[in-house]
Amino acid sequence: MSPAREEPAGEAKEIEDLEISLLLEAIFRRYGYDFRDYARAHLRRRLRHRLELAGLADLGAMQHRVLSDRDFFELLLRDLSINVTEMFRDPAAYRRIREDVVPLLKTYPFVKIWHAGCATGEEVYSMAILLHEEGLLERSRIYATDFNRVALQKAREGVYSLERVRQYSSNYQKSGGRASLVDYYRTDNESMLLKNWLRQQVVFADHNLVTDGVFSEMQLVVCRNVVIYFNRDLQERIFNTFYQSLCPGGFLWLGAKESLKLLQIGEKFRELYGEEKIFKKNLQ
Amino acid sequence: MPYRAVVIGVSAGGLEALREVLSCLPADFPLPLLVVQHLGVDSDDFLARWLDQRCAIKVKEAEDKEPAAPGTAYLAPANYHLLMEDDGSLALSLEDWVNFSRPSIDLLFESAAEAYGKGLIAVVLTGANDDGSRGLAAMKRSGGLAVVQDPAGAEFPVMPRAAIQATQVDFVLPLPAIGRFLANLYRPA
Repeated sequence: MSPAREEPAGEAKEIEDLEISLLLEAIFRRYGYDFRDYARAHLRRRLRHRLELAGLADLGAMQHRVLSDRDFFELLLRDLSINVTEMFRDPAAYRRIREDVVPLLKTYPFVKIWHAGCATGEEVYSMAILLHEEGLLERSRIYATDFNRVALQKAREGVYSLERVRQYSSNYQKSGGRASLVDYYRTDNESMLLKNWLRQQVVFADHNLVTDGVFSEMQLVVCRNVVIYFNRDLQERIFNTFYQSLCPGGFLWLGAKESLKLLQIGEKFRELYGEEKIFKKNLQ
Repeated sequence: MPYRAVVIGVSAGGLEALREVLSCLPADFPLPLLVVQHLGVDSDDFLARWLDQRCAIKVKEAEDKEPAAPGTAYLAPANYHLLMEDDGSLALSLEDWVNFSRPSIDLLFESAAEAYGKGLIAVVLTGANDDGSRGLAAMKRSGGLAVVQDPAGAEFPVMPRAAIQATQVDFVLPLPAIGRFLANLYRPA
């Protein structure tokens, strides 16, 4: 049992909320990273966690520290970005993309895909493998973006722990893979190294969904388990960015428990495959 | 009515325990219920569908940003944490495992205690680990009502026992009494 710390109630909670807002404002003005519209329950937990680890007295002290210490800011940045992912995550949804969306993508002369919030890149390589097997990789480009530069560097390298390879292989098979996952990597000690040619059509870029905008017209936007950390206003804004970015009839693929149902922007999309969270932008 | 939500934490033995508690509640039960049942990472929404067929209240998997409605039980999806926001909407997260669990009962209880303070009822049922006891202590500090299944009759007594040791629990009740207790809070006089 952890020692009983007084839980903030009433006024104390109001003050903490204000301190969080001030801290986020300070981070935004000093470093340009905007967490002001992140979902509060999550944010509160992550900030308290760092407060405890750093042994700081309160959020006021943390604000001072973050303004004067860039390394501390980088730590906080990592706390606030969750990078949980895996290859061929939600295999049934990958199968749906392979069997029912790729044939539609094939009708375009050139296909642009935006993996927004790609974290450490496992799903980017999954997409490259899938496109390769369906004969579409050569005329595709995948833009893989994230605001977390440490994660993005890992994505660029495409080196993952061998510990998870069994799960990845099983996901790959369930997703309708036509070969064997081992065809796409070589091993080195404890690591699996994705083959270089898989990166050929991938552009990795530092892009912040909250503060940066549209950069090209896409046929498919993949954004999975990213917006759950945002409040509804920010979700509206981000999905609006995706809407602007997609060609008419373009596809939006979300995480397994995400939806457009509660958002106004939902009117501008049609639910194509509800179970797999694949939406289609209206032709207007 | 002083209470605004019920949170329930349960692990091993949960299927039957949840059925027994939730099936006691009438369709017009005036509070939302948020439930963390520990599940395997690959589980689908079977449990929600199974319970929904056997209960008068609505039972479903929680969706991100959904407002918690009365007469509805929201189950944390496998492999996601379930949190409650201050405005009474639900939030999901893929944060690290807590107490070797995702979803974690502690996380739900702590966030709901933040949101509702003394307007919260928390219930700990059967289970073979001590997830939930830290969250129960947090919710007691903010003035909520703690109900724990009597370990003596629990299929797996470890979790209720840990909860009782962690804080001043208001009611320790055998399973059949817990659902009735909740339903009776709102029985018309």
